[in-house]
This record gives sequence, C-alpha cells and structure tokens, in this order.
Amino acid sequence: MTSAAVNLHTFLDAIRFIGSNWHLLLDKAAQQLELAGAALGLAMAVVLPLGIALGHLRRGSTVAIAGSIAGRALPVLVLIAAFLTVFGIGFVNNMIALAVLASGPILINSYEGVAHVETNVVDAARASGMTAGEVLRRVELPLALPLLAAGVRVAAVTVVATAPIAAIAGGGGLGDIIVNQAGYGFDGVLGASICAMALSVFAYGVLTVLERAVTPAGLRRLAELEKGNRRRETVPVANIT
Amino acid sequence: MILAATGSGPVIPHYGTGSRCVVENHAFCSSWVSAHWGDTLQPALVQHVELTGIAVGIGFAIAFSAALLAYRRRWLSGPIEGISALLYTIPSLALFQILVPFTGITTTTVEVALVAYTLVMLFPNFVTGLNSVPADALDVARAMGFTRRQTLLRVELPLALPAIVAGLRVAVVSTVSLATVAAFLLPKGLGYPIFLALKEPSPFRTEIYAAGALAVGLALAADLLLVAARRVLAPWAHRGVA
Repeated sequence: MTSAAVNLHTFLDAIRFIGSNWHLLLDKAAQQLELAGAALGLAMAVVLPLGIALGHLRRGSTVAIAGSIAGRALPVLVLIAAFLTVFGIGFVNNMIALAVLASGPILINSYEGVAHVETNVVDAARASGMTAGEVLRRVELPLALPLLAAGVRVAAVTVVATAPIAAIAGGGGLGDIIVNQAGYGFDGVLGASICAMALSVFAYGVLTVLERAVTPAGLRRLAELEKGNRRRETVPVANIT
Repeated sequence: MILAATGSGPVIPHYGTGSRCVVENHAFCSSWVSAHWGDTLQPALVQHVELTGIAVGIGFAIAFSAALLAYRRRWLSGPIEGISALLYTIPSLALFQILVPFTGITTTTVEVALVAYTLVMLFPNFVTGLNSVPADALDVARAMGFTRRQTLLRVELPLALPAIVAGLRVAVVSTVSLATVAAFLLPKGLGYPIFLALKEPSPFRTEIYAAGALAVGLALAADLLLVAARRVLAPWAHRGVA
C-alpha cells in the first residue's frame, strides 16, 4: 500500500470516530470553551483596566512591555505544571495558567492603544472642556478600540488553542482524548485533534468578524483611506527597479 | 528497596531512591538538580536548543523568501499573512497528531509544526521592515547607480534589519515556549522532564521548577542575544523596536 493510501485510511478512520462519538466530542469541546472563556474573562477583568489606566496616564510602558514579554516567555506547560503544585489538579489551576497566557497581548495592546492616541486629539478634547474621565470614555477608548479588540482576539485564539494542554492537569476538553491514545486509539486521538483544530479556526473566524464589528465606523473609513494612500505611495517604489 | 524499608512511598519511582528532600517532595531539592543535571536536565536543554534553533532557522528561510517575494508582488502579502495566521491558530497538541500520519512520531513532525508557527511572527515583520524603507533612500540608491541587487543588499536589508530582528525575537521566545509541548509526542526537550514529573502520583516539584526555569531562562537568554546582535549589526537602531 502506498503511504498516501495509508494516510487516507487513517483520516477516514478518524472521521468515522468523529461520526460515532460526536456526542462525546461535543461535550469535550464545550468543556474546553468553558475553560477558555473563564480564563479569558479573568484575564480581561484584571489586565484590561490596568492596561487602559497605564495608557491613560501614559506611564508604565516598561511594565506593559515586560508583562507582555513575560507572558510570551512562560511556556504554558510550565505554568500549568507549576500551578498544579500550588492549586492542585483541576479547573482553577488551568484557568489561572491560561489567564496568565492571555494577559500578555491584552496588556500590551490596551496600553499601546490608549497611550498612542495622538496628543493633539487629547489636547483638543481637553480644550473643549472634557474632564479626564470624559476624555478617556469618549476619545481615548473609541480610538483605542481596534487595538484593544485585536489584543483580546489574539489572547482568545491563544487560549482556545492552548486549552487542550490543560488535559494533563485535569482540565478536561478535547485534550483528554488527544493525550489518551491508550483509551481511544489513534483514531480517537486524530479525530479529537481534527475537532480541536476546527474549533480554533472557528473561534478565530468568529473573533475576526466581532473585531470588525466593534471598530467604530469612522475608524474603518479612515483605515480604508490610509490603505488607499499607501497604495498610491507605493507605486513609485515598485517602479524603481 | 530502601524506600520501602523507611515506610515512606517513593514519590519519583522512575528515579529510584533519593534524598529525604526528594522522597518527601519538598519545594526544591538542589541535591536532585546537581545529581540529575547530567542525565536529565542538560540533555533536555540541549535538545530544546536544537528543536528551537532548527525551527527558527527554517522558518526564517521560508519567511524571508516569502517576504522578498511579497515585497516585489505586493498582492501576495495579504494571502501569505492570512495563511500563516490560520496555521498559528491550530493547537500545537492537535497539529503534532495530525502530522503523525504523514511524518510519523519523529522530530520532523515536531519541526514541521514549530516552523509553521514561526511564520506568523516572522513574515509580517519582514514585510513591514522592507516596506518601511524610505522612498528617499531608494531614490538615492538609484541615483548612485545601484543595481536592484545592490539596492537590496546595501540599502533595503540594512534598513529593514531592526524589524527583522524584532520578528526573530518574538519567534524565538514563542518557539522555546511551544517546543515544551513536543514532550507530548517525543521524549525530547525541556517539556519532557516536566511531563514525567506530572505523571508521578504526586507531581515532583523540583523537576517541574528546574526544567521550567531552564525554559524561561533559555527564552530570555535567546532574546538578549538577539538584542545584542541588533546592536552590533544595526547600531543606529538603539531605540527599542520591542
């Protein structure tokens, strides 16, 4: 048998597994989304206000940058394992580990988004008599929204994609099947992997659409204008050769 | 066995007997680290450096070629960025298994997945770096009679260097982190000691902390090395492109 045929058979078996176990897979997928949602919620509740406050005060860029680098440098397996020794096996451990992972992009984007609103715009708002709170609510936050939303999207995609690893610490989810070849066979492992991939791609799609939806219409128009400008500018560059 | 005689259950069966600290699974046993540096931690660290280095190296070659192509044919950059972003969303645990029918339970499988994940961090940075070369600089190069190749090597690439290094930094740090997941497929890298420690009836703390610290330390060391490299190669770009 050629290797291509072997591959096809393996995948057909995996799809057969999905067909006959869709109830179990749906349960596990829901478990995984629940864990990811809780982790993302926790990260947003803690880090979003922090990033926005630092951005509004325009200080603490070192904190924001260091936080985002630390979030990226800490491998999730290390986090889950280390928290396991503190919180024990189960939901809380995994939720906190994944929340730490989600904090990096949310922190840096909320900080950058608010801090990099043009000073002219902020000054104009102040000159027109807005209080600090109004400047934040009506000027800085709407202008920062695209970057904020992008940070949350990156965090959400990362968390959904990483959640299967939580299975090693009793986190449930599709990872339960992926790490248990003895129990489910390779058909099950591959089937659950395909489902986990589909779930992540689906989450990515939904979040990308949501991100576009929350971007204020004016900003969207501005982005399109800038795109057009850039295209015009690039013409001479391309001709230089 | 000595452990059975003392009455306390062995916490880490796969290492046999150990000191009291190890048997009682204290927070951190430096004696264990020095005793098992040579047979456990050091090999895992070396494997981890290999896994990361190969992945970032191949990822760099692919992303760099793709960026040069997208620099000339601009319409390509959107689709390439979209595909690499989509690849990045696939859970590593799942991608390893999905590749197994093609490449088996091998290092190749791990590397293919890790390379795929680097693209989303490298390609957009490379393209941004090339596109941010000022038109003035290109005009000057043309006025000086530079060929297309000379312009690329002497003007465009040096000016894009800070963005290229910025992409590499993110890719290296993320790959060090992702490579720990390889332990679910292969007994390789710093994830493996952690994986074993978690399999114990009560997770062996020293091993988790030691291997975890090595992984974080490796990521930070690689990051510092790239910052130093940028200072040498592009001394004009000191102000951070974080």
